[in-house]
Amino acid sequence: MANSPFLEIHNLHASVAGNEILRGVELTVNRGEVHAVMGPNGSGKSTLAHVLAGRPGYTVTEGKVLYKGQDLLAMAPELRAREGVFLAFQYPVEIPGVSNVYFLKAAVNAIRKHRGLPEYDAMEFLALVRQKAKLVEIDEDLVKRPVNEGFSGGEKKRNEIFQMALLDPALAILDETDSGLDIDALRIVAGGVNQLRSPERSMIVVTHYQRLLNYIVPDFLHVLVEGRIVRSGGKELALELEEKGYAWLEKEPPPSVGVPAGAH
Amino acid sequence: MVTENASILELTNREYKAGFVTDIESESVPPGLNEDVVRLISAKKKEPEWLLEWRLKAYRHWLTMKEPTWQNVHYPPIDYQSIVYYSAPKVKTDGPKSLEDVDPKLLETYEKLGIPLRERAKLAGVAVDAVFDSVSVATTFREQLSKVGIIFCSFSEAVQNHPELVKKYLGTVVPYTDNYFATLNSAVFSDGSFCYIPKGVRSPMELSTYFRINSANTGQFERTLIVAEEGSYVSYLEGCTAPIRDENQLHAAVVELIALENAEIKYSTVQNWYPGDKDGKGGIYNFVTKRGACRGRRSKISWTQVETGSSITWKYPSCILQGDDSVGEFYSVAVTNNRQQADTGTKMIHIGKNTKSTIVSKGISAGHGQNTYRGMVKILGKADGARNYSQCDSLLIGDKCGAHTFPYIEVNNSTAQMEHEASTSKIGEDQIFYFQQRGISPEEAVNMIVNGFCKVVFKELPMEFAVEAQKLLGVSLEGSVG
Repeated sequence: MANSPFLEIHNLHASVAGNEILRGVELTVNRGEVHAVMGPNGSGKSTLAHVLAGRPGYTVTEGKVLYKGQDLLAMAPELRAREGVFLAFQYPVEIPGVSNVYFLKAAVNAIRKHRGLPEYDAMEFLALVRQKAKLVEIDEDLVKRPVNEGFSGGEKKRNEIFQMALLDPALAILDETDSGLDIDALRIVAGGVNQLRSPERSMIVVTHYQRLLNYIVPDFLHVLVEGRIVRSGGKELALELEEKGYAWLEKEPPPSVGVPAGAH
Repeated sequence: MVTENASILELTNREYKAGFVTDIESESVPPGLNEDVVRLISAKKKEPEWLLEWRLKAYRHWLTMKEPTWQNVHYPPIDYQSIVYYSAPKVKTDGPKSLEDVDPKLLETYEKLGIPLRERAKLAGVAVDAVFDSVSVATTFREQLSKVGIIFCSFSEAVQNHPELVKKYLGTVVPYTDNYFATLNSAVFSDGSFCYIPKGVRSPMELSTYFRINSANTGQFERTLIVAEEGSYVSYLEGCTAPIRDENQLHAAVVELIALENAEIKYSTVQNWYPGDKDGKGGIYNFVTKRGACRGRRSKISWTQVETGSSITWKYPSCILQGDDSVGEFYSVAVTNNRQQADTGTKMIHIGKNTKSTIVSKGISAGHGQNTYRGMVKILGKADGARNYSQCDSLLIGDKCGAHTFPYIEVNNSTAQMEHEASTSKIGEDQIFYFQQRGISPEEAVNMIVNGFCKVVFKELPMEFAVEAQKLLGVSLEGSVG
């Protein structure tokens, strides 16, 4: 076990509502590495992120995922989270009536309990919140409000990275964290992510656009097309994609997929 | 290995922690109802003639009435002749009991339920009247309360020791002709709590009644009467549990509150009657009439209820706002899980000038639960400047439950200001998943969402009760997600 990679994805097939989206994904991530996954719309980027997090409605039909040597797919979503898998959502859901701070304290303590650490009391937790809030320049007022309720798109994304900072995951999956962000918000969010890079933390950054990778520079980049990784390389691959689009990587180009037109 | 659709599922196991039976010798009358039973109950209580007459008038009136059918609940016909109308644990001594005379088994029962009958320093903040089946078995802190002139005792004792007060107020808020179940109660009520707060006195502690149904096939018909004299204040709590039984049991209580000038009564209920099993077998029919009269100027009555139990809940704690500038409040959380049904709400009757009422109702439905809010706000012609604010929110868990809202508004004065807000929301799978992705289990997620939903009502409860209510809600909704 000691020598096995941090995360190994083998021949992963998954479908949503009977449609096969992932068709044999192969990916290995070592501890401390940042991997970017890019691809055209509908290629399965977000599906990959959700399957790893265990979202209901995504059915794995074939393949396996080993996380720290364990069968990740056999674990309940909350167990994956407690084991250090974190998903920064593309569309964080609103939870009326539950304050952000109360929610996060429950989350942090659930994870600490799982790791055999003492749970934080209110004072300790607030100190931690203050410290981490600076990282993503999140307003303390936002921390007190109900989870994501009435947050702007940028505030929601910042809140995701803020949560990531608090929960201290071993594997962070960022699902199109850049979508819907203006350039200033993008800089803040990416700055937060960069501060969280560590030899102890691996990241999978799912994005449609190359621009995020100007701020979060990955160690490796993979291109996902039609549910398969068709090309892997270093960060320079992003520039090539920027220039040529995805079409040159597609064996049989699906209709109407070309250079993303900035439709977000 | 498959991330199978772990959707919000059917309700399965839930744990009813108060479902045990106390093995105690009881004295019961045979099942069935007739004038002799009414006379027998009255005789057992050594009641004065006027009270027996009142009971008999109620009984005769009841015979002319039909069970109501307008409420949005469904149950097989109740056989009123198969119910035991009086059951009491056998006692060795007669008359008022000190705690030493109470059967240790009873003390143990309440201990198990977390109700402090032994007066302990730690729990000195709450005085308890414990009603077991048809009788009150103990009332704590009476001496301390009597020092400030507060009378807190069982209803039966009040009839013996303070007949003038009982006679003056009994049936003045809920007359014996009021409705089918209140009339039945008037005929056969066996015990309950009585509370009198004299002029200008603020009760130094919370007063409470804890109702326990123990015997099988027994109905519980208790009566509570609270009178708050001018400028007085009392906070009153009520809790209820019953053993797990396959048969349905009827609980038809009446609560009457009277607040005179500048007086305030805060009445809180945490109702946890046995709700029946997941298929709807067994459980309590909780058909209760609760009403308060704000008789004096600037008087205030506030109802807070957390209804988690009962197979069927049917009650409308109401306020009659007679005094000018009087205030009525109703804060409610009603939970229906499995096959539970609830038709609950309030009536605010504005009679005096500048009367104000607030209604906040939170209905939670899970499983096959059916939850109905039914409320009436009535502004009479002379109620100048009356104001009402109503908020009715429903929360659905799963897709087999139902939420219904029937607000009735009747305004006969053009100066009235009425506000009504309503919302319905559903706990979505995406919300549950968001919690899970942060390490929180689905059960805890539902708990947190539900508690967030009910926060405004819980904060109206006295501290210890709020904690209890939160826990209870957690238990009630256990297994409501898969």
